[in-house]
Amino acid sequence: MNTIKTTTVGENYNQYVGRKYLIILALAVMTFLMALYAISAGSADIPVTDVMKALLGLGAPKNVLVTVNIRLPRILMAITSGVGLAAAGCVMQSILKNPLASASTLGISQGASFGAAIAIIYFGGGTVMGNNADAVTINNPYVTSICAFIASMFVTFVILGLSKARKASPETMILAGVALSSFFAGGTALLQYFSSDVQMAAIVFWTFGDLGRASISNISIAAVVTLAALIYFMFNRWNYNALECGEHTATGLGVNVSRVRLAGMTIASLSAATIVSFVGIINFIGLIAPHIMRRFVGNDYRFLLPASALMGALLLLVSDTFARLIISPVILPIGAITSFLGAPLFLYLIFKGVGHHAES
Amino acid sequence: MLKVDALEFGYHSTRKILDTIKFDVSNGECVAVLGNNGAGKSTMLKCLNKIIAPQHGKVLINDADVLKMKRLEIAKNTAYVAQKSEGSRITAYDAILLGRKPYIKLSPTHEDYQIVDRIISSLNLQDMSLRLIDELSGGELQKVMIARALAQQPKVLLLDEPTSCLDLKNQLEVLKLVQTITKENNIAVVIVIHDLNLAIRYCDRFLFLKDNSIYCYGGIDVMTSENIEAVYQVPVIVESYHEQRVVIPLS
Repeated sequence: MNTIKTTTVGENYNQYVGRKYLIILALAVMTFLMALYAISAGSADIPVTDVMKALLGLGAPKNVLVTVNIRLPRILMAITSGVGLAAAGCVMQSILKNPLASASTLGISQGASFGAAIAIIYFGGGTVMGNNADAVTINNPYVTSICAFIASMFVTFVILGLSKARKASPETMILAGVALSSFFAGGTALLQYFSSDVQMAAIVFWTFGDLGRASISNISIAAVVTLAALIYFMFNRWNYNALECGEHTATGLGVNVSRVRLAGMTIASLSAATIVSFVGIINFIGLIAPHIMRRFVGNDYRFLLPASALMGALLLLVSDTFARLIISPVILPIGAITSFLGAPLFLYLIFKGVGHHAES
Repeated sequence: MLKVDALEFGYHSTRKILDTIKFDVSNGECVAVLGNNGAGKSTMLKCLNKIIAPQHGKVLINDADVLKMKRLEIAKNTAYVAQKSEGSRITAYDAILLGRKPYIKLSPTHEDYQIVDRIISSLNLQDMSLRLIDELSGGELQKVMIARALAQQPKVLLLDEPTSCLDLKNQLEVLKLVQTITKENNIAVVIVIHDLNLAIRYCDRFLFLKDNSIYCYGGIDVMTSENIEAVYQVPVIVESYHEQRVVIPLS
């Protein structure tokens, strides 16, 4: 942050900017504390001090095992997915000038579901190991993830292709997303209709979303993609700010609007598709995290992007911890929990007037 | 200095919106672009900084062709204020700072902040600098947008109907501001405007567009009842009031 001059206007602006950074710092601290609590809490409670020791490889071997091998990967995936989905949603809302834009509304999640269903039915991606729902498993996660990724990227490229033909207008992207979303939802329904009970259970299980299914290599890939996307978005934060003022104004400010839109959509979709293909459908995070933070830091993407990313991580950590603890040891599906907790919160925000972005 | 030569534009090859547009604007001069709705005024303005790319012609600023420049270079030479600015949840200060976008590499520099501060002080916008622009009145927002355009430090300022949504007091304030910054910053200003009397009061030269081309262009001498009637198809008289021409429609 640059320090600026001596005038009252500059001093006031410095204080204003300082408050935004303080909000981001507070979010980072809350996310860290929530992550510690999430590692500590579970069917086997581990005190936070023991968690800290276990993270350093010290303390009881059982604690190290549970903390490092079971809970830490889950928490890291929650943070990565939350950051990735929220940042992607934030950018999609900006470049499409639509407050409802997210991986779900653009058909990326539905494409991933379709791809996963294909993998489960035709490539033996899922099976049932017992009689209860917990025993349904995705026994070939790589094939399922790869198919989900290919299908969601197919959606992305169709949207981008159609949009490019129409000069990347936001309306074209949204409408193409809605059409493809419906198309793939229908395709998945048809696959389920003709599938066996086992296959159908596996498809439904996959679409629930599960942070625990990601392996360390999955987490690494998702983290690298998310970090690269976040860096790209931050480099473009002034372009997104300019787009807030309208297409012609942005062009007048030196922004290549079509290129910023197409590249932004590609990176955001790639990031969302990578996460969804590893953890399944997690609704509302990409939609609600930017909306919450608009209320606190406004539409300036210098602050909105990091704040939304952290809020996404925090929301997903809270939801996942809730899903693990509420009827422990049963772990509820995270996708259902984010929707269940997110929808009332979203309604509250609309009621309080955060839907403001819709008019801008 | 802005020189426009043989500018042509059409959305379809069969129908031209602009045909052989040729005019020039000196530094420190404000030119009003006048004409009926659909005459191509706003389109012409957008062609001058390649928001819309014209099919033919040249737009020269100090002999450098704008149409051959990259987007960022154009944004350092010209600034554009849209007819209706979109409000957003950013402060007026940040909106003006956005005018430094063509110069910002990673983050704004000390100089960028100094320029914004100076503009805010010179336009007396201190009181609204930390207010969100979507909470400003139409007149306040338009002043902020003009301030943002000034932050681009342009050689040519393009204004598309900056007073169309404003009440009389704000119309006068905004146009007085434009007149002042034209002279003080010694920049060429092209302004699309509907009100002939405001144009007479605040602009130096007048460009009438009719049937996709320039009908007449010049100083106050072209502001005659014959020219106005020919362009607008409305009978008018042009009277003198306090040594200034006033256009009075008769129908």
